[in-house]
Formats: sequence, C-alpha cells, structure tokens
Amino acid sequence: MFRRATSTFLSRAAATRRFSTDVATPAADSAFVEAWKKVSPNLDPPKTPFEFLKPRPPVPTTLPTKLTVNFVLPYSSQLAAKEVDMVIVPATTGQMGVLPGHVPTIAELKPGVLSVHEGNDTTKYFVSSGFVFIHANSVADIIAVEAVPVDQIDASLVQKGLQEFTQKLNSASTDLEKAEAQIGVDVHSALNSALTG
Amino acid sequence: MAMAAAMRREGKRLAPLISSQPINNTLRSSLTSPLDQTSIGGARSISTQIVRNRMKSVKNIQKITKAMKMVAASKLRAVQTRAENSRGLWQPFTALLGDAASVDVKKNVVVTVSSDKGLCGGINSTSVKISRVLSKLNSGPDKETKYVILGEKAKAQLIRDSKKDIALSLTELQKNPLNYTQVSVLADDILKNVEYDALRIVFNKFHSVVQFIPTVSTVLSPEIVEREAEAGGKLGELDSYEIEGGETKSEVLQNLSEFQFSCVMFNAVLENACSEQGARMSAMDSSSRNAGDMLDRLTLTYNRTRQASITTELIEIISGASALTG
Repeated sequence: MFRRATSTFLSRAAATRRFSTDVATPAADSAFVEAWKKVSPNLDPPKTPFEFLKPRPPVPTTLPTKLTVNFVLPYSSQLAAKEVDMVIVPATTGQMGVLPGHVPTIAELKPGVLSVHEGNDTTKYFVSSGFVFIHANSVADIIAVEAVPVDQIDASLVQKGLQEFTQKLNSASTDLEKAEAQIGVDVHSALNSALTG
Repeated sequence: MAMAAAMRREGKRLAPLISSQPINNTLRSSLTSPLDQTSIGGARSISTQIVRNRMKSVKNIQKITKAMKMVAASKLRAVQTRAENSRGLWQPFTALLGDAASVDVKKNVVVTVSSDKGLCGGINSTSVKISRVLSKLNSGPDKETKYVILGEKAKAQLIRDSKKDIALSLTELQKNPLNYTQVSVLADDILKNVEYDALRIVFNKFHSVVQFIPTVSTVLSPEIVEREAEAGGKLGELDSYEIEGGETKSEVLQNLSEFQFSCVMFNAVLENACSEQGARMSAMDSSSRNAGDMLDRLTLTYNRTRQASITTELIEIISGASALTG
C-alpha cells in the first residue's frame, strides 16, 4: 500500500514540476546541435545568430496600414522598427516607392536619396549603396554602408569632387582606374542631384 | 632542529612563546630557494631578505594587473557602444536567409576570429576548440575544410596540428580602431583568395562583462543559396522574392552574399574585441586578488620569521648572560 502511494506521489510531482530554466528558447538548429553532439559530446555547441534574432511579426492576413522600417548602418541603427507610411529607395533600376503590402522584393541600391514619409514629415538621407529587403509582413530592411541627412551635405565640396573625378576619368589609363573614377563621378553626380532635386 | 634542541635545553618558560617546528615547515613549503642559515645580520636564523624580495615582486604584480584591468575596462567601454550599434547589421540577413548552420557543403571555410594579445582568459581556446570540432563535423569523403585565421592567438594554436589546412592568416587587426572599410577590404581579400561553398565565422559574442557566448555565423555562396532555395526548407521562400536591379538574379545574389559576409564579419570582429577586453578585465581582476592573498600570506610568514629571529637573539643574550653570572 505504501509503495503504491509513494510511486503515485512521485509521478504526480514529476509531472507538475516545472523548472525555471525551461525558458522558451527559439528553436535552435536541431540538426546542427545533434550533429555536434555526435562529434563532440563534451563541448557545448556554439550558438547561431538565429537564436539572437529579434522576433519578426508574422505575415498578416489583411493589408497592414503601416510599413515597419529598419534602416541600419554599420555603426548605428538609424531607424529601428519605425512605423511609416511610405519609403522611396534609390534602387539600381530607379527610385522605388515602397508602401505597406508591397510584394516581397530584394533590391540593390545605388547612391541616391532615401526618403521616409511619415504623415506629413519627410526625412531624406543620402545613402551610398546597399540592399533593401521587403518582406511579406510589410517589414522593410534597408542596409546601407553610409548615410547622411541631406541637409548636412556641403554643396561646394560636391562640385569640387565632381570636377576632380571627371578629370580623373578622362585621364584614366587602366580599367581599374577608370572604374574607380567612374564610381566617383556617379556618387558625386547623385549627390549633386540630391542637393538640387 | 638545532634551534629546537637549544630552546628545550634553556628556559622552559620560553618554550610556550615560540614553536620552531611549524615555522621550519611553512618556510620550507613556501620558499623554493634553499634556506639561508646565516643572514646578513650574522644571527643564526632564516633570512627575512628572501621573503621581503618575494613580497616586493608580488606587490608589483598586483599593481600591474590592477592597471591592466583599468585599461581593459576603459577600452571595453569604447568598443562596447560600437558593437551594440552594429548588432542591427546582421539581423536583416538572418531574417531573409535564415540560419544554415547545418548545411551540407563540399568546401567549408572556417573563419576564426581571435585576439592578438594574450592574458585574456579562455576565449581564444574556446574559439579554436569550436573551429576544430566544426572542421571534424564537416569532414568526410569529398569534403574539405580550410581555416582563415584572424589574430595571433588562434594562429599559434592551429598551426600546430592543422598547418596544411590554413588558407589565410591575418594579424594586427586592431592597430587602428576597427572600422567598416578595413573589414570590407579584409572580407574582399578572403573572398578573392579562398574557394568556398560555406563560410563559418567563429567568434565570441559579447553578452555581458562576465559572459561571452561562442557563436558561429554561416554565410553561403550564391550557388548554394540557389540550391537550398530550390530544395525548400528555410530558404524555400527566397523564390517568392522579386529581384530588382542587376542584370541577372545570380549577380544580385552574388552581391548580396558578399555584402552579407562583410556585414557579419564587421559585427563578429567588434563583438570579439569586446569579449577580449571583458575577459581580460576579469582575468586581471582575479589575478590581482590572488596577488593580494599571496601578499597577506607572505606578510604573516615575514612577521613570524622576524619575531623568531628576535626571540633567538634574546635567548642567546640571556643564556650568555646567565652563563657568565651563574
């Protein structure tokens, strides 16, 4: 009689006890962890970036009203999960407007002006280049190497740079020099049009 | 031994005050150099000079490690803000392409990020151990793993047994403060010189000043990305994305993969630099604490030695005086 009582008591306790360490961790790559354990059972497997990723909103069923924008640079996150109405990005194929519910796209950027429209405010940045990912859940990730607010650009330096690079392009001999000078000309003329237009 | 016998012969009243046996034992165990039976003073006792020298050197070590800890703390503050700001950089890529740590490819390249300077705890050994296991994981017929090493410490460890697998090694990354241009040139170098299907970057992610998490980030080459997208699974949704720009899809994917590599490298190098400074801080902290403990023990030994020699002198004087009078 006592043996049965203790066994039921133990089973009930084990079933209901929850450990505080059983936190819901995002699903680690289980195939990787298992392969690791087979090869090296004593060493803990390293973590992968997926486990540190901030959770993303799921794909909504109806069309969302706002676009969530993440604008990141190597040295800072300019905009992190900001809700806006529209962004216009300078893709290589031209200025591209992104609204909520845009089709999922991967676009490469060329030097140009990025403008973020929120209600009646517009913030303009000149971006050097990068990528933009638009996901199905109306989240736009803009990754650029350099970005400056347009009002911080010095017009005279832009003109000087443009002249310098046009000169270099004309006097370039090797393909590499030509390519570098061409890049300089492109960036400076984009800067120029950003200031004027 | 002679001292004990002498004291037992003379006043029994002095015996409770001093006990020479323990002093002999502790000194023999704490000092490695042979005991000096005749000190400079001429008294027959163990010299306090040795203990004093040791105390001076331990005190200097304590000062140095305390200073190193403060230097590491200030460097950590500087790098930490930049590392945290760069954390947003890899998130879009992982959100788009998922995480392919368990991908099965022929040509693996393990990029190990480590420090140039030592005295930073066990973080470099952890990275090297993980790199070795990754290389074993991906071994098999037809598969090969190459190492690209950043930093002196990992190079020293890996060159011992995997010399032929090291494709490229770079040192002195932190001579100038880390910036994206330097890292992208580095990434370009690696991509040009090493053939790869998957790049696995091993580094220590900075979680807090006392905790560093070994992490591995995987970057796939454009061909493998296409292969995985067709196969379905995590990358299966990639085909649903429209590709704008560039002439062909593969050109954009190539640019994407290179950009991803340079961004992930930038974050990895910054996080590892943070972890290095944090680990150095805690290593130097425990070192100065140990030096303090050792100094306390040595001070006790020094005082005991000093008191024993004074007592011996007193005994000799008294026994000499009583021999004259008595």
